[in-house]
Amino acid sequence: MSEQIKKFMYVNRRAPYGTIYAWESLEVVLIGAAFDQDVSLAFMDDGVYQLVKGQDTAEVEMKNFSPTYQALGDYDVTKLYVEKESLEERGLTLEDLMPLTYEDEDDDWAEKDSIKLVSRAELADIMDEQDVFFSF
Amino acid sequence: MSILHTVNKSPFEKSSMDSCLAYVKAGSAVLMYEDGIYGAIKGTAVAEKISASDGVKFYVLGPDLKARGVAEDKIVDGIEIVDYAKFVSLAAENDKVQAWV
Repeated sequence: MSEQIKKFMYVNRRAPYGTIYAWESLEVVLIGAAFDQDVSLAFMDDGVYQLVKGQDTAEVEMKNFSPTYQALGDYDVTKLYVEKESLEERGLTLEDLMPLTYEDEDDDWAEKDSIKLVSRAELADIMDEQDVFFSF
Repeated sequence: MSILHTVNKSPFEKSSMDSCLAYVKAGSAVLMYEDGIYGAIKGTAVAEKISASDGVKFYVLGPDLKARGVAEDKIVDGIEIVDYAKFVSLAAENDKVQAWV
């Protein structure tokens, strides 16, 4: 009996470090990756700060978990939707974010971008297509 | 009487920074730290309010900028980047501290 694959979206709206939400989300994404569902991540509001490149937490004595986002591609988590308006409101552009890629097994393992820049309206449409949200 | 105002919440998630800027008077200081450092980035609505606050000295905590990957060249002109020791000095130099938690 085959189980139906569901569309899971992890909705990330918090900055890293100030609260535990961002790290908790990442942990649940990695655990959930074992269940072979159709997973995507949305980064909106302060969630876009999670992907800012060059994070160095040595002086605040906290764990820098940002390198873990690079590993998501290996867990078949390859759809990271970043909302354009949230970036702009915060004085950020795509250039400020870590380059995140995955190897597409259906396309001769070509390296492709995991981050997809989408408008608020586009993200609302993508959210409409989901079966389940995990909200952080 | 000088006040050191501290803000440690993101201005895009909480109203702490807005409240602080509404209360701050000339001659006082504002220190942004933890998620408050996001208020110090150029090109935002918050940056405009900071630039319009005459006579107020703004500081941002360097270690929290680094932790969040915010480069110094992205910080609004005129905001001084400080370390933990300066944070302590500011608290000591001012008559009192109001933490907009």
